[in-house]
Amino acid sequence: MWVELLVIGIKLAVVLAALLTTVPIMVWVERRASALMQDRLGPNRVGPFGLFQPVVDAVKLITKEDLIPANVSRFLFILAPVVALTVALSTFIAVPFGNDSGLELFGHAVRGFIVAPDLNIGILYIFAIASLAVYATVLAGWSSNNKYSLYGGIRASAQTVSYELAMTISVVGVLMASESLHLDQVVAHQSGTWLWVLPRWNVFPQLIGAITFMVAAFAETNRIPFDLPEAEAELVSGYLTEYSSMKYAAFFMGEYVHMTVASALITVLFFGGWTLPWVDLAFAGWLGGLLSIAIFVAKVSFFLFFFVWVRWTLPRFRFDQLMALGWKVMIPLSVLNFLWVGIAMAAGIL
Amino acid sequence: MVPIVFAIAAFVAVVFAIVTIAHRSPVINVLSLVVVFFAMAAIFALLGMDFLAAIQIIVYSGAILVLFLFVIMLLNIRSVERLGSGRRMQALLGAVAAAGIGASALIAVSLLTPTSGAVYPGSLETGTVAPIGRALLTTHLFAFEFITLLLVAAIVGAVYLARREHR
Repeated sequence: MWVELLVIGIKLAVVLAALLTTVPIMVWVERRASALMQDRLGPNRVGPFGLFQPVVDAVKLITKEDLIPANVSRFLFILAPVVALTVALSTFIAVPFGNDSGLELFGHAVRGFIVAPDLNIGILYIFAIASLAVYATVLAGWSSNNKYSLYGGIRASAQTVSYELAMTISVVGVLMASESLHLDQVVAHQSGTWLWVLPRWNVFPQLIGAITFMVAAFAETNRIPFDLPEAEAELVSGYLTEYSSMKYAAFFMGEYVHMTVASALITVLFFGGWTLPWVDLAFAGWLGGLLSIAIFVAKVSFFLFFFVWVRWTLPRFRFDQLMALGWKVMIPLSVLNFLWVGIAMAAGIL
Repeated sequence: MVPIVFAIAAFVAVVFAIVTIAHRSPVINVLSLVVVFFAMAAIFALLGMDFLAAIQIIVYSGAILVLFLFVIMLLNIRSVERLGSGRRMQALLGAVAAAGIGASALIAVSLLTPTSGAVYPGSLETGTVAPIGRALLTTHLFAFEFITLLLVAAIVGAVYLARREHR
């Protein structure tokens, strides 16, 4: 009993530490990569290659005055950043991040590198918790008593509801193919190869689903080209306008943790999770387990970089374009993917 | 363990249901309803209905209540007007109706407990996606299709009402 709790506690600590460490690293990557793409230098003064810049920024944010403007609804104004960070951090427990194949820790089975191995609804749990993220944005916009913030909140609610549909439908194909909601089984389904060459990743038979899921993930994480709720060119800073100091930092961290979770989901659902197609790591014990985690981290890192890459490449949508894309392109395409998977499975191709 | 968790979830649900209808700020109303739905999801999970618990949160908290908030913010309603008093007959009838519904629910639960097909904690396999899917597409196929028809009619109606003025 206690050993079991200890094992879960260790997994939880590792996951939380990893998620929170991702934030400063991604801030640095974002600033340096954007500088690279715009032919600038970027922050390079603090530490080697400017690596300690995020640390200095964090100190700056902590020591800044924590301002609560007059005439805001205090309770909701404080609740919003709390919701943002809590929701972002609680989604990862259903994501499998490595292959243990019967390893033991303190004489107790590790039961997979996933915090909650018994959560049968797997992906639905993640969707349920992640669907609450929009409340942080909406509440921040509403409670700030500022028209720009309010516009940000309104945009966030409309955008999230529109893109959540496409996101959910594009996952249905994956769940049908692996016949399980449990992400461990989704990954297991993608191990091995077709004709010894092509990995059995879902992205190949379900390319449309993978594309719609990734686009929807960008929209759900409010990243450019979908960052309409923030839209600093039109709305000052959208729902963040009135926030300063650590409350602002909480939103900021929430955004990066959401990016990490979204990248992990893209990896697990469409790119084989912790598997490498040509190698079976099960024989290698703990070394194999750690290698599988490294493979997972490498894939997630690529998609995190992809988020940055897209942000500094594409311009922002206009709001009517965003809505038209969501309802008239994304949803039909994701339904098409789901139909294709159904027909292919019925015909015995998949 | 199960009765304690149920008691907590039920208490939270009732308290926040009262806040939902009693508080003046519409945003607080919606947020309380979110908490109510979470408490209900906890009760579903206690019954072994993990799938229903997740769907409850995804559909209601994640989508429908966000639309509520969207409307509240679009109209920028800062506080709810109290309904005028002086409609005592209405209040009286409302109280009678509420008592009647409560009484019939109590009777239904205490007397008409079904002998077969009842759901008790742990009586079902967990993660009930497959049984629910099978039931929806076999036993309850007609009701299922009828509801989809109803929803399509509602969507068509909404689109018609929204488009009419532009012609």
